[in-house]
Amino acid sequence: MVFSCSGEDAVYEPVPLSLDIPAIFSNTIIAPVIPSDNPLTVQGVDLGKRLFFDPILSGDGTQSCASCHAPEKAFADNLSLSIGSDGLSGTRNAMPLFNLAWNYNERFNWDGSALSLERQALEPVENPIELHSNWTEVVQRLQNHPDYPELFRLAFNSDAVTKELTTMAIAQFERTLISANSKFDRFTLGEANLTAQELNGLDIFLREDKGDCFHCHGNPYNPLWTDNEFHNNGLDATITDLGLGAITGDPNDNGKFRTPSLRNLAFTAPYMHDGRFATLDEVIDFYSEGLQNSPTIDPLMKNIDQGGVQLSESDKADLKAFLLTLTDNSFINNFNFQN
Amino acid sequence: MKRILVYALMALLGFTACDASNNDGPSPSLNTSFKFTHNWDDEDVSNVDFNTFQFTNENGDVLSIERLRYVISDIVFTGTSGEQLRFNIYNLIDVTNSEGLVYDLPFFIPPGNYANMAFTFGFDNEDNAQNYLDLNAASFNVPESLGGGYHYMQFDGKYLDVNDEAKPFNYHAIRAVDNTGTDLVFPQDTFFTVNLGPISISADAVIEVKANLAEWFRNPNTWNLNELNTVLMPNPEAQIKMYENGQTVFSLGQIVQ
Repeated sequence: MVFSCSGEDAVYEPVPLSLDIPAIFSNTIIAPVIPSDNPLTVQGVDLGKRLFFDPILSGDGTQSCASCHAPEKAFADNLSLSIGSDGLSGTRNAMPLFNLAWNYNERFNWDGSALSLERQALEPVENPIELHSNWTEVVQRLQNHPDYPELFRLAFNSDAVTKELTTMAIAQFERTLISANSKFDRFTLGEANLTAQELNGLDIFLREDKGDCFHCHGNPYNPLWTDNEFHNNGLDATITDLGLGAITGDPNDNGKFRTPSLRNLAFTAPYMHDGRFATLDEVIDFYSEGLQNSPTIDPLMKNIDQGGVQLSESDKADLKAFLLTLTDNSFINNFNFQN
Repeated sequence: MKRILVYALMALLGFTACDASNNDGPSPSLNTSFKFTHNWDDEDVSNVDFNTFQFTNENGDVLSIERLRYVISDIVFTGTSGEQLRFNIYNLIDVTNSEGLVYDLPFFIPPGNYANMAFTFGFDNEDNAQNYLDLNAASFNVPESLGGGYHYMQFDGKYLDVNDEAKPFNYHAIRAVDNTGTDLVFPQDTFFTVNLGPISISADAVIEVKANLAEWFRNPNTWNLNELNTVLMPNPEAQIKMYENGQTVFSLGQIVQ
């Protein structure tokens, strides 16, 4: 805590917190997005972490954010479609949460419906198929809690608990969720070696005449392993979930979903916005032979008539081996991210 | 994002001093901006025109545009006596997201008559070997197996094939490379200098740079999208054709000052 003295009155200020940006990021990409109206503080992050894991946010007190965004699953879950506090199934697979401060265009969720992390945290609380509560009740519960009013005061210098401050604290915690210590990261830093199979998998990933994954999923110079953009990757010939199109109202956006990072795939099955693929093998098979044409399919998707990029079984195995080098065990075991 | 090197500033100062020697006092310095506009044979093109099959190339292929972004770098003003102001900068023009369409030169330039103004489409080889954090974040890189560095342009869309079916094209311009052997071979440079011609600057100026996108498919190589559509990055012959066609894409538009 910092007390700046003016006369006899000590003015409390929460302690500013700087993100510990990994070299693998600072060497390659621009700085993360930290909103000027919600800078990180020690107390803000601590409060956000407690709120993230606290079922007090749900209507019946059974679920927290972490129920669908579990640390051991890289802050995703292992369900195709997440199940809310009433036992109802949602329509989307829970996105993993890491490196969110590097989502430069600040469109969050599979469909880009949330235009900041703070706004993203608003919606699930009241969604009847998620936490199924309402903010008036949540704020009241927090205000009447024996600990939270003091924690909010420490984090925001505010005697009042508000939904805005609640989501600001959660967003602060989420911005600290950094994953940058995979085998591939260490390889990039000269601290690890890749096998011949993994290196060949990287080559397939980067070759325009093979996997051509890099145009959407980054490359060794973009260690986010996502472009954070929205694409129709050819999942369906008939689009029923409009994705970004339902948000923008532009039919050219129908069927477009945010590119997920390829980090931590070992923890985040099932895959795609609706969790339709149970395994990484199924995902690779889809891009190789399973593409479906539709009017908004991204032009980066090739050989659609043949179903995709037509990888050999050997290439598929090598590509999978490379993708698994993006697994960051230290992230899911980071004490700072545990309840 | 702007990259500013000291020598550009030194060149500017040197030029200003030279220019000022012909006058009673130091020259005023002016703000200069570049406005990048796009057209298809004089029909304006912006991202609102994307995703519809409304363009026909020289070969008769009907096409849509879905993504267009490219890099320009190294702006050079050449004085009437041959002296040069070189600005070692770059700018990513992202038509898809309407970003980078106006670029404010981060230097003042002196008023005067310039025999030529030029920029580089893409990066020269030295600049292409640098590390640009913003372009990395934008996933604009070229894999090391294709020589590394950055795309010069990503121009994606769809065309209607002989069966009137929509097929993708990825007209991606990079440094031409033959990667079929054990070592990479670069047959020729495929960045190029765009000379916009003489310009007179007397006040703060907004200089329009026009890009006729139809030229990418026309001159001197009539581009057949049924033959050259995707996987063009590892195709050095296609890259050289892009280089040749790119020479007539850009021209000087209006100058508002």
